[in-house]
Amino acid sequence: MTQKLTRPGTSRGAEPGPGTGAPDPKRRGDRVFRGFAMGAGILILVILALVAAFLLIQGSPALFADPAKLISQGYGEFLPWVLPYAFGTVWAAILALVLAVPVAVGIALFISHYSPRRLAQPLGYVIDLLAAVPSVVFGLWGSLVLAPAARPLYEWLSANLGFIPLFSGTVSGTGRTIFTAAIVLATMVLPIITSMCREVFLQAPRLHEEAALALGATRWEMVKMAVFPFARPGIIAAVMLGLGRALGETMAVTMVLSGTRNITFELLTSENPNTIAATVAQNFPEAFGLKTSQLIAAGLVLFLITLVVNMIARWIVSRRAEFSGAN
Amino acid sequence: MTAITHRLGSETLTAGRLPKATIPVAIAASAVLGYALAVLASGTANIGLAILFAFLVFLVTVEITTRVVEGARQAADRRAGNLIAGAFLLALVPLGSVTFEAVSNGLARFDLAFFTQSMRNVVGEGGGAVHAIYGTVYVTGMATVISVPIGLLTAIYLAEYGVRNRLSKAITFFVDVMTGVPSIVAGLFAYALMGLLLGPGARSGFEGSIALSVLMIPVVVRSCEELLRLVPNELREAAYALGVPKWLTIVRVVIPTAISGIISGVILAIARVIGETAPLLIAAGFTASLNNNLFANPMMTLPVFVYDSYAHPGTDVQVYWDRAWAGALTLILIVMILNLVGRLIARRFAPKTGR
Repeated sequence: MTQKLTRPGTSRGAEPGPGTGAPDPKRRGDRVFRGFAMGAGILILVILALVAAFLLIQGSPALFADPAKLISQGYGEFLPWVLPYAFGTVWAAILALVLAVPVAVGIALFISHYSPRRLAQPLGYVIDLLAAVPSVVFGLWGSLVLAPAARPLYEWLSANLGFIPLFSGTVSGTGRTIFTAAIVLATMVLPIITSMCREVFLQAPRLHEEAALALGATRWEMVKMAVFPFARPGIIAAVMLGLGRALGETMAVTMVLSGTRNITFELLTSENPNTIAATVAQNFPEAFGLKTSQLIAAGLVLFLITLVVNMIARWIVSRRAEFSGAN
Repeated sequence: MTAITHRLGSETLTAGRLPKATIPVAIAASAVLGYALAVLASGTANIGLAILFAFLVFLVTVEITTRVVEGARQAADRRAGNLIAGAFLLALVPLGSVTFEAVSNGLARFDLAFFTQSMRNVVGEGGGAVHAIYGTVYVTGMATVISVPIGLLTAIYLAEYGVRNRLSKAITFFVDVMTGVPSIVAGLFAYALMGLLLGPGARSGFEGSIALSVLMIPVVVRSCEELLRLVPNELREAAYALGVPKWLTIVRVVIPTAISGIISGVILAIARVIGETAPLLIAAGFTASLNNNLFANPMMTLPVFVYDSYAHPGTDVQVYWDRAWAGALTLILIVMILNLVGRLIARRFAPKTGR
């Protein structure tokens, strides 16, 4: 034990000579590990950039091709071709949100503020189960079960409320309409909106809630006065995330709709606008050459739409995290 | 605030409140009335219509009685409560219906042949999904092999190294954005990538794995990062005090403490992507035969099998749809089991954080 005190960091294993100036092997391990971790993080950013880049590269033949060539070898001129699908995508997603948001907010409130405390977690699991059902199963259910079951409802709506433009037109004989697709989409985005709203509702300041109740507010008044004002940005963000999901969801629309390329607001007819995702899924297996490029370019359009929606949603979330004192 | 009405003459504490039995009685009465209305309206006993009418009758009854006895504010409170409970019950309808239909329709072909035969040379009846089940295992397994190291290392960077610096903020933001990438776009990306490397039109199981990885990595990052942040700082400080370098601390102390959560997070991420259809439709393609080579030729997967059986039936449609339902049932069972196992591991071996 004549040696000088070793540095604590080198007490085990290899012993670097003191003062030799050689880098400490363990610290080198540290640098390597840190490099790997950082590399993985950067890789994710690169992948996201590559998604856009590769779609652009492979889609560019259709984007910059001569329109005449697109008409003869593709599906037709790009913008006039893709716009009805973009309309269908947004229209189906908005319909789904109109159906899903009130129910989702209700469920989230039920779990966070109305159900018995001990039941809250199991009930949350039940709603999460809905998120676990694969989209292809929902598609199958939507077209083989929901569509026939919903047809009487559509006939009733058309007969009694047909004066509203939304319900006008001849009712589809199969029930496979954009309304059915929107119901399936709503079911699929419901758990996402619910779980996020639930989290926000649970973070509402306890003291505000108790103060409202102590002043004699009923439970609903307490929710209106103390929970909703606090949760509003969170609800908006949840809705935006749900919108992003509904825009990109493929199988429900692919399997339920036999869509056409038209712009219509009629919900119950057999002439339904198709969505970008569904068009790509339906045509891609048989496509080749310029058609493939055109479908990939349509995918790029979809990617950009969802990217913008998601970035706005995340921006709202992160802004909220900064100014709320709850977390 | 004129709402609290006191009945003259009654001076007990329960004055101006509905008796407790009101709600159960109202439920029973409106159930009967709703059923009767449904039969009157449609001529047949339609259960959905009956429940809808019953709910409306219930809402109106409670509204009127509460308004008369307890006042407008209490009526609003009860109305909101009933609507909120109704929303929850409404969400159970599709869940129950999907489960019921998948089980009742899927059992017809949920037999031995379904799990031992492929669709090779099968035109009408018979055949099975063994090629699709193998394909799903290969493709998802490869996606896991790609995603877990990238996702875990990124989570380590976010939680241990780059705490709150610019790069980690950017990564967190874009990981969140990546969770929102439409699944079909992930499929197109994998197709475009492989098209550049191997020439256009290439489809393989590996291509499907790449597509699934794009969807899986963000899920893994999020769950792992959360778990790593749960590991108490005292453990790290104790290791540093013993002179253990940071990377060894992470590998030997932090990760073992969080390992159960990480495993359960990975299992839940697998459950999330194993049912993805659209990206595999694009990237892995269709085939009727078993393909054991991940890197060449199309590979069938279970979700695509379900879609294909539904969308491209032969002359006897029912036979194909039976197979689709059996595939859907298998898929639901796989996802449910994965979810259950993931949750059990997370709960059973949760790190003792002393809270």
